[in-house]
Amino acid sequence: MSDAKRFLYVNRKAPYGTIYALESLEVVLIGAAFEQDVSLAFLDDGVFELVKDQNTEELGVKNFSPTYKALGDYDVNKIYVEKESLEARGLTIDDLQHLTYEDEDDDWAEKDSIRVVTAAELAEIMEAQDIVLSF
Amino acid sequence: MKFSVLVSEGPYTHEAADTAYNFTKAALDKGHEIFRVFFYHDGVNNGTRLASPPQDDRNITARWTALAKEHDLDLVLCVAAAQRRGIADADEAKRNGKDADNIAEGFRISGLGQLIEAGIEADRLVTFGD
Amino acid sequence: MLHIVNKSPFERNSLDSCLQHAVKGSAVLLIEDGIYGAMKGTQKSGTVEAAAKDLKFFALSADLKARGIDQDRLIDGVEVVDYNGFVDLVAEYDKSQSWL
Repeated sequence: MSDAKRFLYVNRKAPYGTIYALESLEVVLIGAAFEQDVSLAFLDDGVFELVKDQNTEELGVKNFSPTYKALGDYDVNKIYVEKESLEARGLTIDDLQHLTYEDEDDDWAEKDSIRVVTAAELAEIMEAQDIVLSF
Repeated sequence: MKFSVLVSEGPYTHEAADTAYNFTKAALDKGHEIFRVFFYHDGVNNGTRLASPPQDDRNITARWTALAKEHDLDLVLCVAAAQRRGIADADEAKRNGKDADNIAEGFRISGLGQLIEAGIEADRLVTFGD
Repeated sequence: MLHIVNKSPFERNSLDSCLQHAVKGSAVLLIEDGIYGAMKGTQKSGTVEAAAKDLKFFALSADLKARGIDQDRLIDGVEVVDYNGFVDLVAEYDKSQSWL
């Protein structure tokens, strides 16, 4: 892992209005196999991607939101959600899906994947990456 | 320096394909290496040979093809995005039971892993989209 | 980091969001419709002028010219670059982020 690159996937768009949220998730799932240091950031309208109780039956497209729950199984467990973006949209962490992973370094204890960070903290996280992919 | 380029929008509707082309050409002219140009989302529409823009307009696909020929560029269309949008090479057309293919010369179809690899192998990855 | 903004600040929040996440010493390159963010005397100029204390701003000449925006309409300190300059910026900064 020492020569692994730090990949950050930046999600700034709402789901269903455009395909970017779905196809971004597809990149993350494929990318997980490459054993890089992966993080996801959700800010601006991207925070809507994680809202729970999405139901696309009436719309007639695939509901891909359950896939976020699987990210932990792909060792994708650094999911940063921006505080200011949540607040601007009247959301709290309780409006989002509960995403977890099992920590292999801590006897497989179940831990939260989502970390709510401020814009200033997210700026530093972005700056610490090798590759920033925005969709 | 080694660059990779990600193109996330189709031609003509949005300027992204033009900016990506002009950037790629400038980088090559300055002596940089382009490891790969990866086309994702509607960006795969850059790779259809069936587009016939008016004579007085630029032909975006033909321009990529010519640049690929001149510099031995690796132009890769994401297979999943291409299947959704009806871009196929002979193999893909056959596999999916289609009666024709439409991929332009100089492009190839491959998996999303090629994008991750492009990020790993290059010194810089630049994204053009909407 | 080189931040690349291609949206008009009058239509989308890409520039605002970029400026909230660009740390001191970063560069912001305005391309495509993003070049409208480089104009002085607009509702948005103040944001860019304030951010210019900590960030370097660049605008792509091809996009300025195509849209009929003269260089003398730009905020003081915004540097105009061509595609070669764009390539140099990508090489100069350790990574880029596109605010799509």
